[in-house]
Amino acid sequence: MIVLADWQNWLLIVAGGIVTLAIRASFMVLPAGTRVPAVLQRSLKYVAAAVLPALIVPDVLFRELATGQTFNAYRIVSALVATLVALGTRSIIGTLAAGMATLWLLKWWGPF
Amino acid sequence: MDTPRSAFFLGVRDQAPTIPGNLTFGMIVGAASSAAGMDPWLSMGMSIIVFAGAAQLVAIQLMAQHAPAAIVVLSIAIVNLRMAMYSAAVAPFFRHLPVARRWLFSYLLTDHAFALTTARFAPDREVENCDAYYLGVTATMWCTWQLSVATGLFAGLLVPASWSLDFAVPLVFLSLAVTALQTRLHWQVALVAGLAAAATAAWPMRLGLVASAGVAIAFGAWRAFQPVAQESP
Repeated sequence: MIVLADWQNWLLIVAGGIVTLAIRASFMVLPAGTRVPAVLQRSLKYVAAAVLPALIVPDVLFRELATGQTFNAYRIVSALVATLVALGTRSIIGTLAAGMATLWLLKWWGPF
Repeated sequence: MDTPRSAFFLGVRDQAPTIPGNLTFGMIVGAASSAAGMDPWLSMGMSIIVFAGAAQLVAIQLMAQHAPAAIVVLSIAIVNLRMAMYSAAVAPFFRHLPVARRWLFSYLLTDHAFALTTARFAPDREVENCDAYYLGVTATMWCTWQLSVATGLFAGLLVPASWSLDFAVPLVFLSLAVTALQTRLHWQVALVAGLAAAATAAWPMRLGLVASAGVAIAFGAWRAFQPVAQESP
């Protein structure tokens, strides 16, 4: 399915790796005492809160099937249960277990 | 944390609870690349070079759709932009280290490494053996990740689709997002991102992801610069 030549794919991956490393290194490799503009610092605080939901929501609302995107009510309920557990316990394993268990229960015994 | 050795193993122990989620996540990334017909060496190369699960998953989806290279790189950048925030947060712990070590630590930076390190240490206090702790956390993650992607490449497609293991991916992000939501403005930014992502989910080439993250970051920056008086209800 991948049509690019092999070296082009490798080039693309290396480019993605360089961009990623540059972002990760941004503040870590700055010399001590470098002043970072306040605008940038304050905006940065909200990046994770912006990107993570943008990744989560489509995966929960729609499941990509070969035929296209399908609305999935079970996933929404399971994600809500997992959110409550995450807020209440802050446990990674607890969140994962609650979300998967709810989805499996709904799939086996749910109304549709 | 008296010795570097004990700090290292404390890091390993702290990272351990994330292993089931990350293992499943990595297997899904491996399986997705097999399903897309990607060469296994290329997938492993991406896993080692990029070493960022969400970005890898999005890149595989886009490459399978023959998206232009610029869109692939832009999406990787947007998905990983949160790492700049993590980089700023952990930088004070490592300022005293040689620059080569800081490049290595940058490469190893992940969501969990940021969350665990900032929870264990405070930049204004003594941060003795913080580097050994960080290495314990990230070495555990690196090994978990490469092993799980490799497993997913060959065995991922054997897991029946009815198990819905792919649902583990949003769940891993959910547990991370909850720790990221510290103030009312964080919640508002997340709400904007979520609504925008729902509205744009059908856009081609995951451009909805780029757009909604961009809109939400802009919203957060704008709100953060409004006078404090306007923020109270």
